[in-house]
This record gives sequence, C-alpha cells and structure tokens, in this order.
Amino acid sequence: MMAFLEIGLGHYLALAAVVFTIGVFGIFLNRKNVIIILMSIELMLLAVNINLIAFSAYLHDLVGQIFALFVLTVAAGEAAIGLAIIVVYFRNRGTIAVEDINLMKG
Amino acid sequence: MYHAIVFLPLLAFLVVGSLGRLLGDRPSQWITCGAVITSALLSLLAFWQVALGGQPVRVDVGSWIVSGTFDVSWALRIDQLTAVMLVVVNGVSALVHVYSVGYMAHDPHKPRFMAYLSLFTFAMLMLVTADNFLQMFFGWEGVGLASYLLIGFWHHRPAANAAAIKAFLVNRVGDFGFGLGIMAIFMVFGSLDFDTVFAATPGQVGKTFQFLSWEWDVLTTICILLFIGAMGKSAQVPLHTWLPDAMEGPTPVSALIHAATMVTAGVFLVARCSPMFEFSPTALIVVTIVGASTAFFAATVGLVQNDIKRVIAYSTCSQLGYMFFALGIGAYPVAIFHLFTHAFFKALLFLGSGSVIHAMSDEQDMRRMGGLFKYVPQTAILMWIGSLALAGLPIFAGYYSKDMILESAFAAHTGVGDYAFWLGLAAAVMTAFYSWRLLFMTFAGEPRASQEVMSRVHESPLSMLIPLYFLAAGSILSGMLFVHYFVGEGHLEFWGQAIFMAPGNHVMEAAHHVPTWVKVAPIVAGIVGILIAWQFYIRRRDIPANLARVNQEVYQFLLNKWYFDELYELILVRPAKRLGSLLWKMGDGRVIDGFGPDGIAASVMNLARRASALQSGYLYHYAFAMLIGVAVLVTWYYTSTGGGH
Amino acid sequence: MILQGLTFYAFAAIAVAAAVMVVSARNPVHSVLFLIVTFFTTAGLFVLIGAEFLAMVLVVVYVGAVAVLFMFVVMMLDINFVEMREGFLQYMPIGVLVGIILLVELLMVLGTASMSPAVMASGTEPIPDLTQRQNTAALGDVLYTKYIYLFQTAGMILLVAMIGAIVLTLRQRPGVRKQNIATQLARRREDAVELKKVQPGQGV
Repeated sequence: MMAFLEIGLGHYLALAAVVFTIGVFGIFLNRKNVIIILMSIELMLLAVNINLIAFSAYLHDLVGQIFALFVLTVAAGEAAIGLAIIVVYFRNRGTIAVEDINLMKG
Repeated sequence: MYHAIVFLPLLAFLVVGSLGRLLGDRPSQWITCGAVITSALLSLLAFWQVALGGQPVRVDVGSWIVSGTFDVSWALRIDQLTAVMLVVVNGVSALVHVYSVGYMAHDPHKPRFMAYLSLFTFAMLMLVTADNFLQMFFGWEGVGLASYLLIGFWHHRPAANAAAIKAFLVNRVGDFGFGLGIMAIFMVFGSLDFDTVFAATPGQVGKTFQFLSWEWDVLTTICILLFIGAMGKSAQVPLHTWLPDAMEGPTPVSALIHAATMVTAGVFLVARCSPMFEFSPTALIVVTIVGASTAFFAATVGLVQNDIKRVIAYSTCSQLGYMFFALGIGAYPVAIFHLFTHAFFKALLFLGSGSVIHAMSDEQDMRRMGGLFKYVPQTAILMWIGSLALAGLPIFAGYYSKDMILESAFAAHTGVGDYAFWLGLAAAVMTAFYSWRLLFMTFAGEPRASQEVMSRVHESPLSMLIPLYFLAAGSILSGMLFVHYFVGEGHLEFWGQAIFMAPGNHVMEAAHHVPTWVKVAPIVAGIVGILIAWQFYIRRRDIPANLARVNQEVYQFLLNKWYFDELYELILVRPAKRLGSLLWKMGDGRVIDGFGPDGIAASVMNLARRASALQSGYLYHYAFAMLIGVAVLVTWYYTSTGGGH
Repeated sequence: MILQGLTFYAFAAIAVAAAVMVVSARNPVHSVLFLIVTFFTTAGLFVLIGAEFLAMVLVVVYVGAVAVLFMFVVMMLDINFVEMREGFLQYMPIGVLVGIILLVELLMVLGTASMSPAVMASGTEPIPDLTQRQNTAALGDVLYTKYIYLFQTAGMILLVAMIGAIVLTLRQRPGVRKQNIATQLARRREDAVELKKVQPGQGV
C-alpha cells in the first residue's frame, strides 16, 4: 500500500503516455470538426510538458522546466495561428467538417 | 595492270553509285562503259600473256585478316583458268554495258543500273581472281548481292521484289554449304590459301572424322559442301527454283548474270578445286548425277514454256548441268571450254530476245508474237546464229564444246558416265526442239500480236545491235579457234597447273577415240530436234495444242516446272512462315513485350493508380499514416535493441 | 506521503477522464470546457511536483488565453454539431489497436527503464534548495542569463504568431465606414465648402 502510494517518476510518465495516446486518438478518430484536432494537439503537447516537468523534478534539473516554458510558448502561438487558419477556411468553404476538407485529393 | 582489271569496275561503281544523280545519265554511262571496256581490253592482254603465253601471275594487294593462325590476305591469282574467266566476264560485261545504254534508254534510273552492273562485274572479278577461299567467298557473296539488287531493280513491282528475295534466299542455302566447306577446310588444313590447301590435299586422302557416330571421309565432305554452294549459285536441282523467277530483272541483267557469268561461278569453283575433287570419287559421282539430272530436267521444262526469257533461262540451267557432269566425269577442261563458248551464244540469245521484247513494246509472251522476220531481220538472223551454236551444229562454237562433253561422258566408261551420256543426248534433242520452237513462234508465220503493237515494231538501235554482232562472232569463231588449246592436243600445256587431273584420269585422252556413232550422235540429235520443231510449228500447227490437250497431266507437270515450287512452298515456306508468325505473336509479342515494354508500362500505370489512392486529401488519413509509422518505428526500435534501455 | 499519493491519483484520474471527454464530446463547446478541466488538473499536478511557476503559467496562458481562444472560435463558427457522428466507428478498430500498441510500448519502456546515479547527480542546472530560493526566482536566474537568447526568440515567435493571425483573418468589409485621420487632416477648405448663391424663396 505504501509502495503504491509512493509517487515516482514512472507514475508521471505513465500519465503522460496515457494523455498522449488520447490525443493521438483524437486526431484520427474524430469526424466532427477540425477544432477537435487542434485540441488533441494541445493534449499531446500537455503530455510532453508533464514528461519534461517530471524529469526536471526527479533529476533536480531546472532545464526541464525551462524547456517546458518554451514548449508552452510555442504551443500558444501555434494554437493562435491554427485557429486563424480555421476561421479563414470557414469563411471560404462554409464548413469545417473533416470529411469535406479534401481539396488535396490526388 | 592486273589491279586495273579488277579495280576499274569498282571505281566506276563507287563514282557512279554515289554521284550518279549529280553526274546525270550520259556521264554515268560513259564512266561505267569506259571502265569495263578498258578492263575487257586489258583482260585480252592478260589472256594473251598468261594463257597463251603460259605465265601465271600472282599479285599481292594487301593483308586482310591476321588473327592468330588465321592469316588471309588480298591477292590476285591470274593463272590460265582465271585468264579464261577474265575474258568471259569482262567481255560479256562490257558488251552488256553498251547494250544497256540502248535498252534502258527509257528508264529513269540509268545511273543506278550502270553502277549496279559495274558492282557486279567487280564482285565477279574478285571471285575469279581470288587466291584464297575467303576472298572467293567475298566475291561469291558480292555477286549474290548484285544479283539481288539487279533482279529487284524495278522495285516498285512486287513480282520483282519477290523474285529478288527468292534468289537471295535460295542462294543462301547454297552459301551455307559453301561456308561450312570453308570452315572445314580451315579446320583440316589450317589455311585458306589455294596453294597451301591444294599442296596438302594428297596427304588427307582416306582420312576420316567422327560425326554423329559415323565415320565421314574428310575430302568427300569438304567437296560435297563446296558443291552445295555451287549448286545454289549455278541453279542446279534442287536449288534451281530462283533462276526462272530471276527473269523479272531487265534483260541485260539476265544476259550478264544469269547466262554468262554468275551462274558459271559454281562451275568455276569446282574447276578451281579440281586438285581436291580429283581425290574424292564420291563427290565426283554426286556432281555428275546432279549435273546430268539437271540437264534433263531443265530441258523438259523448257519444252512448254511460253515466256521467251524463261525458255532461254531453262536452257541455261540445262547447259550448266552439262558443264557439271563434264566436271564430274573428270573432264574439267571440256567443262570450262563449254563455259567459254556458252557465254557467247547464251548472252547473244538473251540480248537478242531483249531486242525482240524491246521491239514488241515489252511483250514477252511468245504466243503473242510471230511473223517478226521481215520487221527485225538482223535480230532474227543473230538469234538463228545463237541457236545454231546452242544446238551444237558443226562450225558453230557449241559443236566443239557440247559434243566434246558428250564424247567425254561416253568415254568415261563408268555407270554415272553412261547415265550422263544418255540423259545429255536426250537433252540435246530437247534443246534443239525448244530453241527452234522459240525461233519459229517468234519470227515465223503470221503476226499474232495486235495491229497497234505491230505498227511500232522496229529494229533496235546500234548501241544494242553492235554487242550482238560481237557475240555472234564469238558464237561462230570461239569454238574452232580455241578448241586446240582448251581440249585438243595442246590442252595440257595450255592449262598447266591451273587444272589438276589425277594420274588415273584418262578421260580427255579417251574422248578423242570414241566410236564414230558417238561423235555423230549429238549432231543427229540436234537435227532431229529441229525437224520436230519444224513439223510442229511450221507445217502442222495444230499438233502442239492437240498433244497438250490429250496429255493434260504431263503438260501441266512440265508447265509447272515439275511442281518444285509448290513442293517447296508446302514443306519449307509455309512451315517457316508459320514458325515466324508464331515466334512473333507468342514469343515476341506475349513474352518479351509482355514482360518488357508493354508489361512495364502497364504495371507502372497500375502502381501509379494505386499509389494515388493514398492521396485522399483527408487530414486524418495522413495523421493515421503518421501514427502507424510511429508505432512501427517504436516497435522496431524496441525489438531490435532487445527491449533496451 | 499518503495525501500526496491520493492527490496525485485523484488529479491524474480527472485529467485522463477529461481528456477522453475532450475527444468524444458531441458538443464542441463541451470539448473546450473539458480541455480546460484537463489543464487545471495538470496544473495541480505541477504544483504537487514542485514546479509552481509553470503550474500558474499553465493556468494563465493555456486556460486563460488558448482555451478562451478556442471557445471564441467555436462560438463564432456556426457549427452544426448534430449530424456529425457517422464514420466514427469505421476506423475505430484499427485505430484503437494501433493506439493501444503505442501505449503498451510506452509503458513497457517505462517499466524497464532505469536511471544511472551519475545522471541523477549531475544536472545542467541544479535546482537550489526550495527554502532558500523559490522556484520562480530560480527559474528567473537561469532564464534571463543563460537562456536569454532563447527567451527573446520565444518572444519573437509570439510576435510573429500575433501578426500572422491578424494577417490571415483581416478582411476589408465593403461598406464599413471608417475614419481615415490622414485624409481628414489633409482636407482643404476648397474641397469641403462650396458657396452657392441662393435666391430667396427658391432653395438650392
């Protein structure tokens, strides 16, 4: 019981793995709209952050947290641009259903 | 001088062949005729020096192939045999060149024709002046090529093209035998030079080699292979089928190639190789039988042909048969003598018939001629002279040579000799018959051609008549002037080393001492033939048609040349065509194209179509693909490093 | 210790549950809300582990900015969410399979992994004792000195993102009346005023 409650690095990493997988599922299991895809990407980035912070804590190294800070920054920027693209796309096409976005069909 | 004799025609061919269109008709004719006439005059000089003067010459021109032990060089061998051939070839060729100027006057492609004639002359000269087998083969193939080009000269006519191909293919069969013979000679003797090979021949007598579990005599095999080549080139049965079809070419071509020179190359080959043939009795027997059979066969077919040129063609085939069986019984000088005289009168007959055809506005069927004597008397008389020479009536050239052949055949006193004698005699009757049939149908009686054609009948121009007069002179004089040297008392010192006759070969001697009836028989045969022809075609014109109607199968059999062409078509041509078609459709089409170009193209398109299905345009498809890629990568990494750290 | 463990499990469970709901909620607004829940719980986890600065940054930036942005867009785009459900099951088997494989592998790696003591001892930036220097201050020490260039670059990235977003979505709507100050100031009397002689009782 005590060992079970002893939170180690592995627990955090396992959590990160699970969240990452859920994010991956979100990308291709959804048919609804493209925003879900962006949110899934955020989930994956979150999982990466958890990983970095966990390592930083258990290795007593600040670099992990700094890296996570930058990841955060970039994620925010990417979310902004992604959403801007979706808005413009919606203006032009009138739909953001995933199945209708197939202009690149070759 | 000898270089000039051989290479002047080559020069003429190169110049006119490449620049003919630039130079124009007249200059082309001048160049070619000039070259060949010069060559002919020089040949007379060579004949005087080498043959009559008894001084054979060997001229080195240059080295050709040097490869290990295989050493072949270009060299001209001018001995008595060659000198005789030079006179024949160059003489007839010069006369034909001049004749062509008149005959081909309406043809738009004169330079090409003259160039081809010169090319042929050069190749034939190479053949007769060769000092080794390979050079002779070069000339051999060269004349085959020239024959193809000239037969198919009017290449917009499908019949001419087909005839040219047929000639080339049938010749090829012969050439295959010849080629094998040459290879065998090299294998056995280690060299291709005539001198070397002939000197070593006595040492190979009786030697045998193993092939397919049989023992074959070396010399016999070589001689028979060489003779196969001779059969192809000289149109002996069964490789004779190309000669009648070769009449599709212009008449000067028929006169030059298929009467006087190319077809005699086979005879020349056997005579040249007399040192080898003399040591192989089996080969000689084969030669005799083939020659005699051909003489008889061709004469029977010539009896019923209706095309004027075809009659003369079969006559040539028959006379060649005579020459061959003369060679076969060991009387080489006689064969060459007949070659010599035959060249004159056969060329005369062909060129004369060309005159007739020219006069009749290109009509060649004798059934539509007749009554031409008063229109073209000179041509008629000249053809009479040629026919008299052919039939072998006294004074004319044929009497000396042809009768000598029959006497030699009898004098050989062998089984094959007798076979040859009787067949030859029968052929002599038939020869006289069909020759006079030709003369009567063409010149005598009432004209059977239309009024329009008869109104245009005219005597030939001088350029065509003058060669005919030369040839007529030769037909009359060449026999009596040269009989002493070729086959008479002086023949041994005339021929010298050029022709070899084995010590046991007494045919030449014995031929002079045959019973009188044998000497008279050929003349009688000739006269009988003439009388029968007179009966059939002058006195009672209905007999030929009645005979043909009553003996319909025999008539058809002869008219269709003993159905040789049909036989070959059935057993050779059709299967070959089917095999070719099969290989083309199945082999080439399905297998090679299927796996090669077509197959690759189709599979590329297929793959491309499938690959393009990957580009669905849906983002989640791409993401899914990426995910699968990641999973595979991780799995592989995980398993390859053994679940590593 | 016990409390820590329980807290961790609680937060982790909520985070995972919320993440699942993000991808499977029918209403996109619900998806965004669940995303916010995920972020909050993760922030809690970060506090638990001792990286409180990043936890707060997570809340401020991710929740306060990014998630709100998501909400804006979701609300703005008139998405009909009722009919988008088909096709979900088509790819599920193979997709789930692949995902599970990935997850299993990740966990297997964790199970067999071990860290050498040497790595644990030497770090690039050792964390100072928490009682002497707070997390935020420690981060600041390092961030503004050794990683200053990266910091400025991150700022540039944000700037570019901002400009990019504006450029992408800016449009000139026709018929919108806007003030153009420069034009206003450059106006001359001659262009603006026109004197007309008006006769009394007749109008313009």
